[in-house]
Amino acid sequence: MNLKPLLEPKTMAVIGVSATNERHPANVIFDKNNHRYPVEVFAVNPKGGQLHEETLYARIGDLPKKIDLAVIAARAEFVPAVFTQCIKAGVKSAAVISGGFTEGGREDLQDKIVAMAREADFPFIGPNCLGIFSPFHVDTFFLPIERMIKPNNGSVALISQSGGILVDQMIKFSQQGVGMSKAISIGNKAFVKEIDLLRYLMTDPVTKVVAFYVEGFAEGEGRDFVLAAQRSPKPVIIMKSGKSEAGHRAVSSHTASMAGDYASFKAAVAQHSILEAANEQELVSFCEVLSVYQHSIDGKTGIITASGGHGAMAVDACVTEQMSVPELSPDLKDKLKDAVSESVRTIASFGNPVDLTGSATDDDFVACAKIMGASDEIDCIVFLLLPYIPGVTLDIGVRLSQVCKKYKKPIIAYVPHVEKYNMMIDGFELNGIPASSSIEGAVLMAKALARN
Amino acid sequence: MLNREIKTILEKSKNWGWVLEPDAKRIFSMSGFQTPMYAVVKKPQEAIAAAHAIGYPVVVKIVSPDIIHKSDVRGVVVGIKDDDRLVAALEKFRKLPGFVGMLIDEMAGGLELIMGAKNDEQFGPMILLGFGGVGVEIYKDISLRMAPLKKPHVEDMMRELKAYPLLTGYRGAKPVNIAAVQKTLIRFSTLMMDMKDYFESVDLNPVMCGEKVCTVVDARIMLKNTR
Repeated sequence: MNLKPLLEPKTMAVIGVSATNERHPANVIFDKNNHRYPVEVFAVNPKGGQLHEETLYARIGDLPKKIDLAVIAARAEFVPAVFTQCIKAGVKSAAVISGGFTEGGREDLQDKIVAMAREADFPFIGPNCLGIFSPFHVDTFFLPIERMIKPNNGSVALISQSGGILVDQMIKFSQQGVGMSKAISIGNKAFVKEIDLLRYLMTDPVTKVVAFYVEGFAEGEGRDFVLAAQRSPKPVIIMKSGKSEAGHRAVSSHTASMAGDYASFKAAVAQHSILEAANEQELVSFCEVLSVYQHSIDGKTGIITASGGHGAMAVDACVTEQMSVPELSPDLKDKLKDAVSESVRTIASFGNPVDLTGSATDDDFVACAKIMGASDEIDCIVFLLLPYIPGVTLDIGVRLSQVCKKYKKPIIAYVPHVEKYNMMIDGFELNGIPASSSIEGAVLMAKALARN
Repeated sequence: MLNREIKTILEKSKNWGWVLEPDAKRIFSMSGFQTPMYAVVKKPQEAIAAAHAIGYPVVVKIVSPDIIHKSDVRGVVVGIKDDDRLVAALEKFRKLPGFVGMLIDEMAGGLELIMGAKNDEQFGPMILLGFGGVGVEIYKDISLRMAPLKKPHVEDMMRELKAYPLLTGYRGAKPVNIAAVQKTLIRFSTLMMDMKDYFESVDLNPVMCGEKVCTVVDARIMLKNTR
């Protein structure tokens, strides 16, 4: 299955563009791509005619170029006929935005287009989906451009069974400064499924993390997916909904009652090194940290803080998440002591957490990070920043990022996320250190790196 | 691969949707599992002869296609030590619905584990390991993996159990043969993969694990509803 024409089309036809209804989904899609994306886009309407200066082509076969992607927003019952035209005209792929298939009781229509696609080797996404948001290439979401919140361009691909959840996650990714390489809504996933996109994205040079929002898998599909994910060289993250068991099904055995649908899902996913995000916050955090650091760690966490309370909370979070916070060796403690300024040395504590107190400066934090960075006792540093202490400057993020690069050791920062501290947050994030808005969040990010 | 006899048993059992215990035991013993010495009898004389051959004490259980949950109808009696009690149990069982025989089992010692399988729609055969009795019923002390299992999976599963220290010999108790538990669970996962077109869920409850062996004492195989 060649998905390149689908995800990075050079030419696109939007089927069902209306000459009169400007708010028709097909019109929104046509408008936002026309002249705004490098893809060359053509409008199709069986009645032909004009839309402003643009030609409405009556038939796909009339288009002046070979088409990589057809975006189909026609009514469900017309979709098989559109497929026939597309296949005949040599269109390479399609995104079926239209609803009214299996989800609307028309399984027959869905089966029909799947059979056509299979026979003609014509991959399509959907139906009942938003399709593809592919930065620098195409955007088939029928959401007006002025209303969409686009995340930065980046390296996280997110594939979602729900279009609404996908768009919401894009907002959250954008708020958290996490860049995306693709956002794909697969709807009823009648033909192109999670596993197909995973296989494509595994070799996509821009994508570093592949994340999924999944409601459920069809028969046997879950098994194939987890086995494929295990072979992925890139981290795979999954968020699941529909975890609660429906009703009280009569179960005839102990095993059947305890190995419920979600219990089985959870076990199968964890067994194949897929990281499960329990909620949206975890999803964004995991994506952020894994887009920066791909190497897994054992989870020996070193904590650097300016406040004992923050340190204690971080230790609690580590214990809850089964991350170790090793006691530092006397030798390492001495090195840390020697590294900090005279005034801090006498009041700071050099266990783990290393608490440098509110008197510490950038230099003290950086010196300690360097020593932890060079030590084998620690394989990940959680840095708890109190932006309001006087000795900390806007340079702290970039200086720590240099330590991180030099020693190839992940650093994760906690910074309170309020507008006043945005420049500090950027100092971390734009220089490649993930910054969480909570202490627990920072620890969860570290845990994501400790996946097996 | 399933041999012909196993296939025959499974096909025949589709008629009532599950595999009768003696048949299930036969499947497991043919597949290389340790099962207790057992006999199925209908008459008092047969029962006495079989119990003597196996050796007291024995466990007896009702065999009936109408009774899936044997203990609910008092269809299981453990620790029978003499002929009188044996015959009394048989007389009682004969009055239960669908009686086709009485199963006489050798008593197996050791720790009570449960091994189970569920044929999950999305993920196929899933394998469960847990502590039997209250361990599974109240504490839900279980571990779950997708089949087929390899040794590292099985080691993880055992360590995941809260009551894991019981296996290694807690407070001076003799440890269970860990290698036997592992071998039994791996063999079980292989058999479940072979049977995946047939079963819906399987409970081996209990599997008695001692210093030497793991014995499948009770096996319930629920079949897929194909009708």
